[in-house]
Amino acid sequence: MKLRRDVFQAIADPTRRTIITMLAASAMTPTAIAENFDYSRQTISKHIQILTECEIVEQEQKGREIYYQLNPEGMKEIADFIEPFRKFWDERFNKLEALMKQQKPK
Amino acid sequence: MEQKTKVHAEEGKQELSISRVFEIPVHLLFRAYTEADLIEQFMGNTVLKLENKAHGSYLFEKKDELGNVLFRANGCIHSIIPNQQIIRTFEMENTSFPPQLEFLSFEEIAADKSELKVKIVFKSETDRDNQLKLPFEYGLNMAHDQLQHVINKLSE
Repeated sequence: MKLRRDVFQAIADPTRRTIITMLAASAMTPTAIAENFDYSRQTISKHIQILTECEIVEQEQKGREIYYQLNPEGMKEIADFIEPFRKFWDERFNKLEALMKQQKPK
Repeated sequence: MEQKTKVHAEEGKQELSISRVFEIPVHLLFRAYTEADLIEQFMGNTVLKLENKAHGSYLFEKKDELGNVLFRANGCIHSIIPNQQIIRTFEMENTSFPPQLEFLSFEEIAADKSELKVKIVFKSETDRDNQLKLPFEYGLNMAHDQLQHVINKLSE
């Protein structure tokens, strides 16, 4: 398993996580994204640029407007990386839960 | 569907958070972490030593069928508050992983619902990432075998 530091970097920032959540609902223009934040348009553009470079977000030209949307492949890489670790603990906790449900009260 | 077990690792930080909601009372959740025979069943390790007190220590081991030691971990218990909190260190022996500091918090949500929150602080961000990168398939296989074993025993 290869460490995708770049993908981690993309999701580390709270503003970028908010953008990801917004784009999960629908594709948006950069203007529409920026309207949701108090930051300058440049700051938001920078965040979008990082998300694009990490291939979490992709752009699509629709007429005169550029729309940003989530790249399902990029999102999958984040899940793939941490998933085996999460599953390991999930299995362990499932076992704990099943075991303790069998315990007689002391 | 929302996942029961959540893992959170933030870039630029040398820590890791794991949380899980259980459909059991908080006192049972705490017992699972403080009684040797229960730890052995859900972790799949042998408990060689477990002192549930401040300045106490613990030692876990896992051997294969031929008696070769596969895994050995130890740590010191810094503080323990029944049904609320355990603060301890954790170190895997014979590995390049430095010791880590673990904060386990046990919280009651309802009479038979509780939550475990584990925060682990590593020596460095790289050490944390290395831990995350460990080939867990092996551990997963062992966990599956162990789970099957425990279920078989329960249904006997």
